[in-house]
Amino acid sequence: MQFWVIQTLNSVALGGLLFLLSSGFSLIFGLMRMPNLAHGAFFMLGAYLGVATMNATGGTLWWGVLGGGLAVAVLGGILERFILRALAGNEQGQVLVTLGVSFIIADICLLSWGGDPIPIPAPLSLRRPIFFEGLAFPTYRLVVLGLAVVVAILLHLLMDRTRLGAMIRAGVDDMQMARGIGIPVSRLFTLVFCLGAALAGAGGVIGGPIMAAYPGLDADMLPLALVVVILGGVGSLLGAFVGSFIIGFVYNFGTALFPDLAYVILFLPMVLVLVFLPQGLFGRTLR
Amino acid sequence: MNKLKRRTVLKGMAATAGLATLGAPAIAQSGPIKIGFLTVKTGPLASGGIQMEQGLTLFLKDRGNKLAGRPVEVYTGDTGGAPAVTRTKLQEFVEKNQVHCVIGPLDAASALAVDDYIRQVGVPTLSVAAADDMTQRKPNPWFVRGTSTSSQCAHAAADYAAKTLKWGRMATIADDIAYGHEMCGGFQRVFEESGGKIVQKLWPPLISPDYGTYIAQLKTNLDGLFIGFAGSNGYKWVHQLTEYGLRDKVNMIGGMTAIDESLFKAMGDEALGLVSACWYSAALDTPVNKKFVAEMNKEYGVDPGFYAAATATEGAVLEAAVKAVDAKVEDKAALMKALRATNVPETVRGPVKFDDLGNIVGNVYIRKVEKNGSKYQNTVIKVYPGVSQFWTYDEKAYLANAVYSRDNPPAKNLEQ
Repeated sequence: MQFWVIQTLNSVALGGLLFLLSSGFSLIFGLMRMPNLAHGAFFMLGAYLGVATMNATGGTLWWGVLGGGLAVAVLGGILERFILRALAGNEQGQVLVTLGVSFIIADICLLSWGGDPIPIPAPLSLRRPIFFEGLAFPTYRLVVLGLAVVVAILLHLLMDRTRLGAMIRAGVDDMQMARGIGIPVSRLFTLVFCLGAALAGAGGVIGGPIMAAYPGLDADMLPLALVVVILGGVGSLLGAFVGSFIIGFVYNFGTALFPDLAYVILFLPMVLVLVFLPQGLFGRTLR
Repeated sequence: MNKLKRRTVLKGMAATAGLATLGAPAIAQSGPIKIGFLTVKTGPLASGGIQMEQGLTLFLKDRGNKLAGRPVEVYTGDTGGAPAVTRTKLQEFVEKNQVHCVIGPLDAASALAVDDYIRQVGVPTLSVAAADDMTQRKPNPWFVRGTSTSSQCAHAAADYAAKTLKWGRMATIADDIAYGHEMCGGFQRVFEESGGKIVQKLWPPLISPDYGTYIAQLKTNLDGLFIGFAGSNGYKWVHQLTEYGLRDKVNMIGGMTAIDESLFKAMGDEALGLVSACWYSAALDTPVNKKFVAEMNKEYGVDPGFYAAATATEGAVLEAAVKAVDAKVEDKAALMKALRATNVPETVRGPVKFDDLGNIVGNVYIRKVEKNGSKYQNTVIKVYPGVSQFWTYDEKAYLANAVYSRDNPPAKNLEQ
């Protein structure tokens, strides 16, 4: 019984973290069709910059989240405006450039912060596990889950309920027509890219108390973002949300119940979806 | 896909870096002693690789950059931890730079990738990588290993757990790679032969986003847990156990890399009291080691761990061998013979010598993390002197068994 309860909690908590990672990726890759392979590096850079902010200001984790998120957003904006913009429509070029950028970020991080892991402390009040019915579960992980839900709701409201969201969707659906009726599509796209990068950077800091900042974090996280977005369906926030939790459950119960499948278990759902439902669970059919 | 591309890029970078050393003239006999140094300075293994470089640099600096009166030239290659790059770099060292010996590489996969090439060209190699069979069932005649096999320290850890701690029911958890398998195999054999039972074995992949699922599986009625992690995974595991409020409820004993000095800064108080078995501790109270630790602190601001001690030891072994052949390192067969015959009473890790297969025989220390002022250290609480890779077993009988693996020795006491 305890096993099932703890594993279920583990699954939803991991799902929350995965959504924070992949929501930004979903915006950039899903909505804007930019295969941003630097997303994992954004996540790692956010974690490092977050802990640097915390050290510089002496503030708590939330200052780190703000600092890491903002800094990575600016970097994302620069990357989109000055490099990716020149490669519009050239997906292969974008893949290679963003991959190159991720290597550069990884080496700069190694140079600046060294090879040993740097812990990111959770706020003092959230460090002790909570106890109920004789079970213990880390409080902080539940907070991460809560944050993920809040971010999901905010993103949903932004994209589906505001004028800004409507303009972005119009720009994605038919750029020329949107421009024709006076929507500043290119500025909006930079904004969305910044938002996606900010989510990755902030996600890195929020994930910090669980995973710390360490070299290789980028390469560990990027495949997870890909798996979630492909499973959930490219271009669908709901897909990224549901996909995150499916992967959370599959990973936790899969590795526990079928330990020999630990390596494929994460990728199995992705393969099945690609074969039987290529547009993903909630993906829109491409025109 | 990401990994593959990184390797390709690194290969290109490594090739350009190599060009820089082209200018060095290759004068045989009278020139310097040339050492090819295979380490890792980029990618996830960089932490250990950078320490390897620090350890070797300090050792040579201390000797005035001379061994047995002859100047030393070091060619450093960054392998990025990629076997293919390691091979390219080694080939370049041997064929272009004509090195007299090689120190490294760091990881088992890279060592295995250059195994046949080392045999083919016959270059004395002082390896850091731990893969058991390279000095056991498939010994490389050009190998000496100044660190240990994967299982060498685990044997001692198991003896300590069974006899001193008197634990009876244990579980093991380790990275799901050959290094983890061999460590846990060695631990299980000695522990069960001492009367204990391994009731659970967990194998998280080397790259695991989260250990929560393994923490939930951990049995609650254990006397202790053996943790055979590498890199920063030891820190991750202990930290996540703390998150779940279980740090003080699970007794642990670590393998030789799980509770490394290099992780103390990250672990902080979470490390206090953890016990582990390794062939080195920065807290070893010998003049040689005290000097080494002081210099590491002065130059790099860190305490040396496993990897810095590894290259400092290899340096001392090499020096002894070079002295034995009167600095005539051009005769590689003679140098190799001298390397295996070395018996150095004073290295940072204590006295060392080699067995007939080229693996080190040296002390294994049981260590416990304590706070010394504002710093953490692995205080030595027990010494197993002169431990061989065969533990207390007969060499022939030991080698007749298959190499340790995920399921060897078979676990007869597992509980569902």
